[in-house]
Amino acid sequence: MTQPVSPPRDEIPKLSPQVEPSPWRAVVARADVRTLSLLGVLAALILIGGITKPDEFLDTRNLQLVLTQASVIGVVTVGMTFVIISGGIDLSVGAIVALASVWATTVATQDFGFVGIFFTAVIVGVGCGLVNGVLIAYGTMVPFIATLAMLASARGLALQITDGNTQVVTVDGILDLGERDSYVLGVPPLVMVFAVVTIIGWLVLNRTTFGRRTVAVGGNAEAARLAGIDVRRQRLYLYLLSGLCCGIAAFLLIILSGSGQNTNGNLYELDAIAAAIIGGTLLTGGRGTIVGSVLGVLIFTTITNIFALNNLQSDVQQIAKGAIIVAAVLVQRRTASTT
Amino acid sequence: MPEITSRRGLLFGTAAVSAGVLLAGCTSNESDDEPASNDQPAADDKPGKQVTIGFAGPQADHGWLNAINDNAKSRAKKYKDVTLEITEGSNDTAQQIGQIETLINKKVDVLVVLPADGKALTQVGLQAMRAGIPVVNLDRIFNSPQAYRCWIGGDNYGMGLNAGHYIGEQLKDKKGARVIELAGLDNLELTKQRTQGFDAALKNYPNIKKVARQAAEFTVESGQAKMSQLLQAQSNFDALWNHDDDQGVGALRAIEQAGRDDFLMVGGAGALSAMQAIESDNSVLKATVLYPPTMAASAIDLARALGQSKGIGGLAEFEIPSSLTLYSAVVDKENVKTYLPTGFK
Repeated sequence: MTQPVSPPRDEIPKLSPQVEPSPWRAVVARADVRTLSLLGVLAALILIGGITKPDEFLDTRNLQLVLTQASVIGVVTVGMTFVIISGGIDLSVGAIVALASVWATTVATQDFGFVGIFFTAVIVGVGCGLVNGVLIAYGTMVPFIATLAMLASARGLALQITDGNTQVVTVDGILDLGERDSYVLGVPPLVMVFAVVTIIGWLVLNRTTFGRRTVAVGGNAEAARLAGIDVRRQRLYLYLLSGLCCGIAAFLLIILSGSGQNTNGNLYELDAIAAAIIGGTLLTGGRGTIVGSVLGVLIFTTITNIFALNNLQSDVQQIAKGAIIVAAVLVQRRTASTT
Repeated sequence: MPEITSRRGLLFGTAAVSAGVLLAGCTSNESDDEPASNDQPAADDKPGKQVTIGFAGPQADHGWLNAINDNAKSRAKKYKDVTLEITEGSNDTAQQIGQIETLINKKVDVLVVLPADGKALTQVGLQAMRAGIPVVNLDRIFNSPQAYRCWIGGDNYGMGLNAGHYIGEQLKDKKGARVIELAGLDNLELTKQRTQGFDAALKNYPNIKKVARQAAEFTVESGQAKMSQLLQAQSNFDALWNHDDDQGVGALRAIEQAGRDDFLMVGGAGALSAMQAIESDNSVLKATVLYPPTMAASAIDLARALGQSKGIGGLAEFEIPSSLTLYSAVVDKENVKTYLPTGFK
């Protein structure tokens, strides 16, 4: 391993080999407290929403709306969480979503209908992830730089494909999926995809070797390598996974907005990172949960929703959003340290 | 809108009548009575002196800016006496300054500049003017009038005004009418101007109240997101003004997804997709207020006239004006056929 990976200071004693089982339990317990405090923040928000706008906020349609709005960035965040847990970062997610959504909505692709659009979006996402992964794992580039480069080129390519135009989708099968008629038992298809991705993400992280390897690589890459984990291959897979999530998210975005535009996915990287961090994922790697990240996404989406329902303008929204990020992290840290 | 047209018509009518009276009063022979100013050298389609026009604009990352480039190029191609030196568009101030400096060094005859940021590029405008190259400032205005010879651009306040008047006329017989606004990027001055114009127009109609306003970001995605929230927040309203047709694609999706059709929607800018929707008349979108990208073609005309030291046809002056604010016409089902060719993708 030529790339220097310094283990986070507070993680060192816990990952030392001789006390293997107990620290694991401690991590799990701590994650649970974090999750509980996040649920508390969410409950407080729901209370605020319910008090300020009872009719509009506490409404099935609003629940459907919030979950639908959360699904695109939510899927991206699941992929991002894996990458961050492994000690990496993926700054290119927004650009990949843009490129995939644009590539999948060109006139030529739309000729192939639903299937063509879906596979193009996913393949473009995975393709970009592959480039990221190879550069980082085998080209030993720092993730920050490699994905920053991908951000620039993917956005550029997206602009080149669209020529700045908005590519409107005319495939009915796609558009229908965003409309109320296609809700199954009141659940929008987009939300179902989000739920499935979340569940698979949780299973992979918590119940598979792949998940444990991800945590190990993020905790201490050198130790992981000495323990026999192919760190490079693991890293490659993780960026592939993030790319795959971006491809799926792009497909959801196409359904939602009925179009592909090179401005799609603007600043998704920051939203996804912020949601993961709020959710308790350590930016230095080695720790994080899918549930936390998804709660982070839901908190953000709910805040946006409450502000919009109360007709607060974007300046107030942005100020409050920043304050709430700080507050959520502080509350979390307090609850985590007092237990 | 109908009210405005008629008022305008009235003005023109009065002008024509009085001109007629004037003519009749002092004339015995029609040809003798052509005003002297009609002999002024106005730029027309006939080839004149060769003019090299340098054109620098921002990166065409959305439909409207793309249309700006296309309009400039096709207009320049129309004239045999115009050579267009067009730079790679850039949103980076430093890069755009560099590009304009290159055009100055190439000694183009006239510069047409649509700055990525008007204030930040004022210095390079001044530099060109000092080097004896007249600048036609397109749309985003420089900080100092010394930095350009002529400014031509859209009217953001007027856009809001006309959208407000159109909606006002549609709803004037409705008691307690409720209107909502889907604005563009809130940190741009033009968004504020559009909103001010809209509010000012609505003040003329005491029966109308603006009940909500949210700002999207000119993108389809943000349009869908903000519109779906607005629809949830307002279970009944009568009209919606959306500042921008690009984000309108997303807003229309949100409206369809929510299954709402109980209001009328007015767009902004004049995208092709919006005009097509107005023409087919099968959605809530009934009209759009223009922010015409044809201004780039007019800027080329102005630059050519400048280069040939002529005025513009139809005006009495010997030289081109120093400032031209374009009218934001309302396009609805009645006149959409006329405007369809100007719609941008």
